[in-house]
Amino acid sequence: MLAKRIIPCLDVTAGRVVKGVSFVELRDAGDPVEIARRYDDQGADELTFLDITASSDDRGIIFRIIEKVAEQVFIPLTVGGGVREVGDVRNLLNAGADKVSINTSAVVNPQLVADASARYGSQCIVVAIDAKQVQPGKWEVFTHGGRKATGLDAVEWAQKMQTLGAGEILLTSMDQDGQKKGFDLALTRAVTDALEIPVIASGGVGNLQHLADGVKIGGADAVLAASIFHFGEYTVQQAKQYMAQQGIEVRL
Amino acid sequence: MVDIAVVDYGMGNLRSVQQAVRKVAPGANIIVTGEPDVIASAARVVFPGQGAAPDCMREIRARHLDRVIAGVVREGKPFLGICMGLQVLFEHSEEGDTPCLGLFQGPVKRFASGLLDAQGNKLKVPHMGWNRVHHGDHPLWAGIAQDARFYFVHSYHVQPRDAGLVQATSDYPQPFVCAVARDNLFAVQFHPEKSAAAGLQLLQNFVNWNPL
Repeated sequence: MLAKRIIPCLDVTAGRVVKGVSFVELRDAGDPVEIARRYDDQGADELTFLDITASSDDRGIIFRIIEKVAEQVFIPLTVGGGVREVGDVRNLLNAGADKVSINTSAVVNPQLVADASARYGSQCIVVAIDAKQVQPGKWEVFTHGGRKATGLDAVEWAQKMQTLGAGEILLTSMDQDGQKKGFDLALTRAVTDALEIPVIASGGVGNLQHLADGVKIGGADAVLAASIFHFGEYTVQQAKQYMAQQGIEVRL
Repeated sequence: MVDIAVVDYGMGNLRSVQQAVRKVAPGANIIVTGEPDVIASAARVVFPGQGAAPDCMREIRARHLDRVIAGVVREGKPFLGICMGLQVLFEHSEEGDTPCLGLFQGPVKRFASGLLDAQGNKLKVPHMGWNRVHHGDHPLWAGIAQDARFYFVHSYHVQPRDAGLVQATSDYPQPFVCAVARDNLFAVQFHPEKSAAAGLQLLQNFVNWNPL
């Protein structure tokens, strides 16, 4: 059967992989190409790169990184951050990305999701949703790295993105992100149950049980984590073995 | 002399395919092209494809690639279809009610929605991720473990009328055909260029393949 995917996430700025707690206190985790190769060797199912560069001057760096990674790593590569128009999608695909993740721009201009998926196929369009709980069982979409409320309901927004042509949803809990206390499982379950397309759970992984819970309780099709892998707490292989012991189908 | 042509008909990104073929055939002259003459002159042809069937078929016909593909296949050159490059070889796709190339008999059907896995979770469409491939003994499977996992992303699957063409199946949750072959033609639903070591091995086998 189809394996649940484990996806290490590399936040990249100024040519380095970094990780912070709720977007502050960035800590250097190393060279992105080197880290990508290491995760590939460990059996990662995909890799996600988020360009968190603030300055538009440095936007070219991510292309060179993706080009280098794509020459050496033959698993799916997703790239997001700062994607504003169909031309940005094209440039990232040409650099070697297999999927492009759209976040803030999907809210600003939902037609971008429709246009990009019509042009390149929904298989390469991921819509990233950053959500915060506003009341029990209710989550709101935030943009601009979690700073800006949109008034949109996360579940309804995910459904709309599916209708417009998203091939996959990358769902991050802003409440849990960087906290290492586990995914927002209720949010994950609510979104995955509402959709036909796969959902990647993100935000809050601190140990291997959290990954397993994302699949078993949250119903996620894939789980994304950053710091537990970057700083050597666990390898991807260990994560997969742990999940397999819990009866989860993984690619070993 | 073009050793390997990767057919470009404007449907999706071919960079990954090109990179992976280069990796397994470092000395070969590999060209990504939509030019019928260049494709016809190549010793081997890789035929990828992404996106929706109606768009793919429209582009293939607009660029007169239907005739070129038929010619390559007739001449006995090794031909590898990938993803949509498998589906459009069949007669008809349910996606947009699209007549296809008809090199293989049978339809292309959508996965049923609303199916559940053993844990009661919804089986998502597209079928996206790494699934086990149960394969036969065609030379393109040389060195690839039985039930090795390959990376898939698709919502439709082929149903060949001739069961003898089937070279591999996978399960979602029912068995579906994920590779077919006839003579010099081999085509797969998954993405060998994104399937790590197993995928590179299949591409290597294709580059070395000399169909009789």
